[in-house]
Amino acid sequence: MNNPTDGAAPAAKSRLHRLLPHPILTAALTVIWLLLANSVSAGQFLLGLLFGWAIPRFTLRFWPERVQARRPLVLLRFIGVVLYDILVANLAVAWLILRGPQRLRPGFVQLPLDLTSDLAISLLANTISLTPGTVSARLSPDRRTLLIHALDLTDSAALIAAIKSRYEAPLKQVFESC
Amino acid sequence: MLNTVVPLAFALVGLAALLTLWRLLIGPSRPDRILALDTLAVNAVALIVLFGIRQNSALYFEAALLIAMMGFVGTVALCKYLLRGDIIE
Amino acid sequence: MIELVVSVLILAGAVFTLIGALGLVRLRDFYTRLHGPTKATTLGVGSLLVASAVWFSTRGAGLSLHEVLVTLFLFITAPVSAHLLAKAALHQRLHSLAPEPESQPESAAQSEETDAG
Repeated sequence: MNNPTDGAAPAAKSRLHRLLPHPILTAALTVIWLLLANSVSAGQFLLGLLFGWAIPRFTLRFWPERVQARRPLVLLRFIGVVLYDILVANLAVAWLILRGPQRLRPGFVQLPLDLTSDLAISLLANTISLTPGTVSARLSPDRRTLLIHALDLTDSAALIAAIKSRYEAPLKQVFESC
Repeated sequence: MLNTVVPLAFALVGLAALLTLWRLLIGPSRPDRILALDTLAVNAVALIVLFGIRQNSALYFEAALLIAMMGFVGTVALCKYLLRGDIIE
Repeated sequence: MIELVVSVLILAGAVFTLIGALGLVRLRDFYTRLHGPTKATTLGVGSLLVASAVWFSTRGAGLSLHEVLVTLFLFITAPVSAHLLAKAALHQRLHSLAPEPESQPESAAQSEETDAG
């Protein structure tokens, strides 16, 4: 929808695509290499770039689809929300554990999914596992529902609404707004 | 201040590792034991990081990273075994 | 000042790790036990690693962001192993305190609660 490079120069784009199949992966690998080497010297940066280029290039067949993330601001905001929720979730879970197991009301919830791409679904499942008292347990074979186990379930409809508005909507905007 | 906090943290994390070991021993189910083993690996990472702070040396991070990786790979392998071992594919 | 921040982070990390392990021992079915380690322990070790990063960065030998890598790794892998463990437990039909989900998922649209509390 709002992709400025669309239709600009298809030939040049496909050549660039062949040379650099996964730019996001390349950037991520370079950053990871720099963190691993624990230095930001020019030599390490070049070496990291080399690895970041070569590894996606030689493992091409394991990455059939190209990751496209739009709306970086939404993504940043999403990461902020998740980090905040992780903190709150930990305090909540710590309190629930200390308060005693007798008063927990654990339960399973079926979350109907709106997301369709593999990456977005796995990111959503991981986010759910990291945040308030919930663990994603099983994805149905048709990829339409995600089974969630909640540590202290009071209102499953509210839980589903919260997950949908806080995590699923931004992920859909970032990874599936074509 | 750090001289009193770090031994205290060692004690707390060590106690956590002992509790996890208890869960590993009593089970009762196989996923319980795998979960305990996974947690034990994470506790080991915590202990190594603390040890690094105490020894004032950054050399221990490779060990921490390796244990974190091995713990994860081991957990995944054991879970895959549980998921596939009972059913003929 | 920095020592104070590092000390608080270390203590918080150790306490969270302990609470995670406590959950692992105290809670009464596998699915609830799963919650302790995946959250408390991850944040516990996470704050220990942040403490270490702050500590070594302020020791004069330049920025030390090494620990961020381990933190990142733990935060990426913890939910994956939790998901796999939950899946394995469902597969083994472990006893659960919560009402068991039926093997075929109910139709995607309904999410209402049946018990009136």
